[in-house]
Amino acid sequence: MTKVTLEVNGKKVSKEVPDHTLLSVFLRDNLNLTGTHVGCDTSQCGACVVHVNGKSIKSCSTLVADVEGSKVTTIEGLAKDGKLHPMQAAFKKTHGLQCGYCTPGMVMSAVDLLQTKKNPSDQEIREWLEGNICRCTGYQNIVAAVKEAATKM
Amino acid sequence: MKSFNYHAPKDVKDASKLASSSSAFLAGGMTTIPSMKLGLASYKDVIDIKNIKKLSGIKVSGKTVTVGATTKHVEVATSKDVKKAIPALAKLAGNIGDAQVRNRGTIGGSISNNDPSACYPSACIALNAVIHTNKRKIDAEKFFTGMFETALKSGELVEAVEFQIPEKADYQKHPNPASRYAIIGVFVAKHKKDVNVAVTGAKSCVYIDKDLSKKLSSNFSVSAIEGTEVKSSGMNSDMHASAEYRANLVSLYTKKAVEAC
Repeated sequence: MTKVTLEVNGKKVSKEVPDHTLLSVFLRDNLNLTGTHVGCDTSQCGACVVHVNGKSIKSCSTLVADVEGSKVTTIEGLAKDGKLHPMQAAFKKTHGLQCGYCTPGMVMSAVDLLQTKKNPSDQEIREWLEGNICRCTGYQNIVAAVKEAATKM
Repeated sequence: MKSFNYHAPKDVKDASKLASSSSAFLAGGMTTIPSMKLGLASYKDVIDIKNIKKLSGIKVSGKTVTVGATTKHVEVATSKDVKKAIPALAKLAGNIGDAQVRNRGTIGGSISNNDPSACYPSACIALNAVIHTNKRKIDAEKFFTGMFETALKSGELVEAVEFQIPEKADYQKHPNPASRYAIIGVFVAKHKKDVNVAVTGAKSCVYIDKDLSKKLSSNFSVSAIEGTEVKSSGMNSDMHASAEYRANLVSLYTKKAVEAC
């Protein structure tokens, strides 16, 4: 067992967990933050993307012990005071989702993109989202959502 | 995933002491963790080397670029020093996997795993790299010994990779559309005296195409390798590409790399 202490969505959390606990499992099963999804479980689909110290990573392929002491932001941590984050609002406005399973990871990944690059081109958005797989939308409206959010962020 | 004991030592000595035949060093974990989750690998001890500060960072000296083992792909891809000294190396790092993999994956992890389709091993052998471990220095050409196999011994840890700065270089990759691993990757490096054409993704282990390298050493131009047949024998054949298709890609991507130099 390992004791891990993290800051998750601005709140300090401390838990004793088995050494092999994945960050995705810790968020979903220990903290009940089920907005972080687990899709493929083989690091390819990106449904589990969260931010660790501001950078997007795949939580299904990261041990929680490995991010001890870090600041973690999940999809639940984006909206402030009941108001959607500009990226969430843009996905809603442009209908950048259908079933919604990939959406938390898409949103977290796209937020990181705009932190890295303010006004990305369509090509740059598509390249950045290579690690996020959507089986419904065909990506058109997702790219539109990221472009829309870029005007607001 | 089977349970294990997690360790995060602060120096190489402690890491080395913890190592055994049933342990693994953990860097970015982008291969190690999925392998454990799929049941392809299991360990009694997982030794996370993230806290060993001297293993991270990039240093450029006159003739070489040295990249610490736990330096992440994103750091190499965006490093001004690497972009200036060996732009092809920054380009290679910037096209590994996807953004999230590049935010976690490391050079030490990539070369220690020696996936036959990984990008970094091709840069190592093309750029006459020297692999620094906690025990010795190993020439890259002797480091990659076979499919997922290296010259590393039990408990031996990669500390850094020292690349020779070439006159010109380029890396061209035909990626698998899902995993972004190289179906074929060709790293061409023109050094003062000779040229290395390193190929990944084609066979069970990265290798230098001696014929193409020799021809380009005497005349560094696309015309020097025009019509050169790349043999498909010994090449991988799978649902993504036949051996013959891979052989054709090696030829095509070598030309692309020479043109881009």
